[in-house]
Formats: sequence, C-alpha cells, structure tokens
Amino acid sequence: MAQVITKVKQKQIAQLIEKGKRLDGRELTDYREIKIEQGIIERAEGSARILLGKTEVVVGIKVEMGEPFSDTPNEGVLTVNAELVPLASPRFEPGPPDENSIELARIVDRGIRESKAIDTGKLCIEPGKKVFVVFVDVYVLNHDGNLIDASALAAMAALLNTKMGKYEVEDGEVKMKPGYEQLPLKKRPITVTCAKIGGRIVVDPWLDEEQVMDARISIAFDDDDNICAIQKGGTGYFEPKELFEAARIAKEKAKELRKKLNW
Amino acid sequence: MNDKPEKLIDKKGLRLDGRKLDELRPVKIEVGVISNADGSAYIEHGKNKILAGVYGPREVHPKHLALPDRTVLKCRYHMAPFSVQERKSPAPSRREIELSKVIRESLEPAIFMEYYPRTMIDVFVEVLQADGGTRCASITAAALALADSGIPMRDLVVACAAGKVEEKIVLDLMDTEDKLGSADVPVALMPNLNAVTLLQMDGILSTDEFESAVNLALEGCKQIYALQKEALRTKYVSIKEENKEEAEE
Amino acid sequence: MPIFLEKRQLVTPGDLIAEGEYIAGENTYMEKNKIYASRVGIVEYETKKLDVVALKSFYVPRMEDMVIGTITEVGFSGWMVDINSPYPALLRASDVLSRSFRPQQDDLPQVLDVGDLVVAKIVSYDRTHDPQLTVAEPGLGKITRGQIVKITPTKIPRVIGRKGSMISMIKQETGCNIILGVNGVVLITGKTLEDEQLAMMAILKIEEESHTTGLTDRITKMLKEAKSGKEEKKDE
Repeated sequence: MAQVITKVKQKQIAQLIEKGKRLDGRELTDYREIKIEQGIIERAEGSARILLGKTEVVVGIKVEMGEPFSDTPNEGVLTVNAELVPLASPRFEPGPPDENSIELARIVDRGIRESKAIDTGKLCIEPGKKVFVVFVDVYVLNHDGNLIDASALAAMAALLNTKMGKYEVEDGEVKMKPGYEQLPLKKRPITVTCAKIGGRIVVDPWLDEEQVMDARISIAFDDDDNICAIQKGGTGYFEPKELFEAARIAKEKAKELRKKLNW
Repeated sequence: MNDKPEKLIDKKGLRLDGRKLDELRPVKIEVGVISNADGSAYIEHGKNKILAGVYGPREVHPKHLALPDRTVLKCRYHMAPFSVQERKSPAPSRREIELSKVIRESLEPAIFMEYYPRTMIDVFVEVLQADGGTRCASITAAALALADSGIPMRDLVVACAAGKVEEKIVLDLMDTEDKLGSADVPVALMPNLNAVTLLQMDGILSTDEFESAVNLALEGCKQIYALQKEALRTKYVSIKEENKEEAEE
Repeated sequence: MPIFLEKRQLVTPGDLIAEGEYIAGENTYMEKNKIYASRVGIVEYETKKLDVVALKSFYVPRMEDMVIGTITEVGFSGWMVDINSPYPALLRASDVLSRSFRPQQDDLPQVLDVGDLVVAKIVSYDRTHDPQLTVAEPGLGKITRGQIVKITPTKIPRVIGRKGSMISMIKQETGCNIILGVNGVVLITGKTLEDEQLAMMAILKIEEESHTTGLTDRITKMLKEAKSGKEEKKDE
C-alpha cells in the first residue's frame, strides 16, 4: 500500500505545529524514545541496534587489514555504507545504492570523520603498507522518519562497542597476538536533525512530518559543542535566521543526548 | 610532486593566490552557449570551468515516472576524467551522486514545479576543470541555464562557499584551501527571496564561526548574483547596441 | 504603493516589479502583495496590469489554438504529433478520415506518415491529458510544400506586427505565403527557394531583435537590400 499522506493530515500536522504541538504529542524539540543495544551481532567486531520511535537501524562494524590511502600512509581507513533494505519501507526497492542511501552514508561518514572520532593514527600496523580499515555498514530495517539521526547514533554506539584483534609485525610478517582491544576513539559526535514545518523548527521529524516538511537540516556536534558536519536536505528552503535558530536548538539537543547516553 | 605550502595566509593577510580574506575569485559567465540545449550557461570561477545545460520541460522517459500534478526535476552533476589532478573514472562516484541530489534540491525551490504536470526537466552539469567550490559554481550556472531555457522561476539561485583557513574565516575556498583548511561551508541562495536552498559543512567550527561563515558566504552570493544578471542582460543588450550603432551611421 | 521599474526594462526571474494593488500578468507571480518576474523579459504595463514580455518561452497548448506540427509516430488509431511543446499531441484517425477508423482497410501511413507536416487546431486539452488535434476545418490539413522555421512562441505577435504591418511587409517583399502557428512554428511557401530563405531570415532576425525599436524599418531595409543584390547578380 502506498504511503501517500492525505491532504487533510498534512494540514493537521502543519496547523498543530504552528500552535507549538505535534500529532504524536511531543514538544517541538523532543526526540522520540531512544533505545540502543550494543553487541547484537557477535560475528561483527562491533555492532549496535537503535530504535528511534519506530525507526529501526542496525549498524555492524567490521575491522580488517588493508592498505592505507597514499596521502595518509600512517593512518587507518574509515568507510561508511548504508543500505535502505526493501523490507524497511514500501518505498525502498532492491538494487544498488540510490542517491538517498548514498547521501545517508556520506552524512554519517562526515560526522565521524570530521570530528576525528576514530583515532586513525593508532590504526597503523605497518606504515605505508598495512593499516586497519574500519567498515561501518548501516542497515535500515524500518523507516519511520529521521534515518539520519538514527543511523548516526547507531554507528557511534557500534563504534563504542568495537573490539579489534591485536597485531604486531615480526620479521616483515604480520602476526596475530592474543586478546582484543577497543577501537581507539577520541570523540563521540552526535547528529541532530531539524525539520522546518509551518514556519517552525521541529526536532526528530517522524515519517509523516517528513512528508510535510519544507526542508530539513542535520547538524553534527563533537564533544566540545563544535559543529563538524551540516547537511540541508529537502526541496524547500531556510531563511538565514531559521538556520541559526536550528543550529542553536540542535546544539542544546546534542548536549542533552550526550548526557543521556553518557557519551 | 608534494609541494604542500607552509602557510595558507601570509603575514599581510593575503592568501596563496593573493586574495584578501573576503575576496572572491574572478568569475566569468556566459549564457546560451550550447545551441542544442533549451537553456545553457558556462562559468569560470577561479580555475573552475563548468558547463550547465537544461532540456525541458519535455516528455517523461520512462513514462511511469511521470507525476500527475507536477514536473519531475532531474539533475546530473558529473566531472570529466581530466578535470582533476589524478584522472577520475568517468563512472559516477558516490560524491557525484550525492552532489547531483543536493544540487537538484538547491534548484527545485526556485522552479514552479506545479506548472507543467507530466513533464520532466533535465539539468546536466559537466565539470571540465575543478579547483574547489565546484558545487557552488555548478548551481550558479545551472540556475542560469534554467532561466535561459524560459522555464518560469521564482528567483535565480546563486551559490558560494566560505570556510576556515588557519583560524580565519575566509570567502570562496580554492582547492588547496579546502583540502588543508579546517572547514568548508557551501551555501546556495535565492537572492530576492533571501532563501537558503543549499547548506553543507564539513570540518570543525564553533557555532559563532559557523554564523560568520554563512554570512560571509551570503555576501559572496550577492556579488555573484550581480554577475548572473549581467550575463543574462549581455545576451540581449548587445544586439540593441549593434542596432543603435547601425542607425546612427 | 509603487511600481519599481520602468517600462521596457529588462528583468530576470525574482526581480521585484511592484508592490501593492496591481494585477500579476504574464510571466509574473505574486507573493505577499509583491509582484515578481518569473522569466527573463521586458516589463510592460498599462495602469494596473503588469506583464513581462518573455525573451524566451515554450508553447503550452490552449484550446482553439492553430498550430503547425510534425508527425512523429504512426499509432494504431491515430498519429502522435510534435507541436513544439513539452506535450505531444494526438491526432485521431477518425478526425482525418472524417469517419470512424476501419483498422482492416485504412492504411494510416498512406494518409499521414512520420515526417509529414500538418496545420491543425487544438480541440481538447487540460492538465490531466495530452492535447488532441483536429484537421477537420477549412485551412487545416497536411502540408505538401514549403519550409518551416521555429521561433519562441512569444515572438509570434512581433512577427505579425501592429495590425499585421510586419507580416504583410514580409509577404510583399518576398512574395511568400506565410502561416504562423501559435506554437511558434511558421510555414513559408514561396515561388523559389531563395524567396523562402529570405523570409526565413527575416523571421529569425525578428526573433533575435524583437525587444528593440525600429525593427520594421530594419527588416524592410534588409529585405530590399537582399532583393536588389539578387537583381544586380542577374544583370551581370
């Protein structure tokens, strides 16, 4: 069944928001209930599952050995991929990643990369030759709005959960040592997405609100409240003052989440 | 060849290419350069050389993608293999796919999508040479190509980036500054409606620095907008001038 | 409440033309009591209605418009026609044959084939379906001779001129018969190829310079010079 939202409901959502209320009872700046579980996929080096309202995302982390990039020979490699699997929404179709899943992956990547969350310097095994490659695979299992925040939170939770094998180089050969160590992390970035609806800014839009919104803006903050990534999305626009208001609100929400999650 | 410059901003506050912190690179724009396209524009922004072409509104192919109440806007941002230092494969990269999406989303608010149901508008952007800020120059050219094609628009769209380089907020980063600097903030604007249609950021900025960067980028946008209008005018005024001269002979 | 621009000033999309009690005319739109241009063009107004004469636009079908089109496809019971518009037009076999279509007996490509030109009229069109054409009226039908030239539809009135002055002058100077489709397609039928090409040149020049003054005189001059040049050659 196609999820076409009726015009009546569209109006309802927008009118309520103009008055400062949302259809699901939340305040304009409230997140839905967040539940995070870590270590749910034993085969992966790290994993996490998040429920953000009814949006469900699983992130699996695989850490493997690989070659560094030529311009950063002593640093590990981060690569993020996202799959919008068909069972997650009647609108997702099987096939290679489309622009939505590519955008999602790149936004999550930006938050982690620009905040320097992973201490990639510590992921070097043999300078210029062998480094650890961290594969972050985002798997969206149910789409009920705000895939960006859900995926970013799940990715960070999975990274926090990641253990990698110990290696050392002996006589030019890479040998495994017993034991594991945590993936070295320096920061815990948090991304907050706001939507513009009815001239107001709302945090954590759910699916119906996403279909009504003019535009969205996702802002990632590091542990020091600095902005490390921004992505405006949607086919509408923001006035400059609305952008700055969204940034202010997002900063507060990131701080709240950080405290709540104990990151 | 690994010539990483020592300083990006010298003691006099001048950048590697001699610009001041709030100075734009030189911009040259021409409208109506591809006769086959319904609308087109060519831009040189610093060393960027970018061509934009528009076809449409036209029939939707494949038919099942047609929308009953509005037009379908498609956008393809593509870089030529020779446009960058190391040859780039012609196949669309993930970056090009993301940029195609954000560029489309920056142009759509300016188009009256409901005017032509069951049609399609194709925007093609080809980057012939890249030097930082290609998405912004692409948007500036694409908006002109749309206007040149006669598609009704609410406003033009113009784009410019600002960022942070060696602790200073600067306007219009070139490639070296983008790679070695600490933040890049591209912004697209509908200038008469004061509406921001594209905003991205990577790097690290405090919320205050972010505000400064956005405001500086908006200033750059307004300067480039004047050049956009000039480019549209030039296409028509030059004929007027020719005829005036003829009449005076 | 003012109009901010003078007549005949060039505007680009988004330019603010006026604020207040005015009527948003062609190629403009109104938002919050302000009227903006929506296309590149020249501002024109008489009292309350503000128009922008677009320098370039495309043809959107309207009922009763007379258009010139090219057959692009022979279908099962009719033809698809390119009428220089984002919307392809449909010409039913029954309309052309003036009776109902007999699939076993009627060979459609014999009547009209891909590449043929027709002068037709729009009989049916709305936002939900493609326009339908008819040729069942006097003056309409298949075109067998002549050349076509396409110009921006908004320039057709300029080619006609005030009270038909421009088009009559071109017809006179070139000796050609000229049919102007509302969709920007012009059919020129002359005695010689050179006459037709002369008329084509004139029409293309009008499209390019439509926003300037003194155009009628310049076109007349150009046509006379071209003709006298030809006569000189003949005398040689």
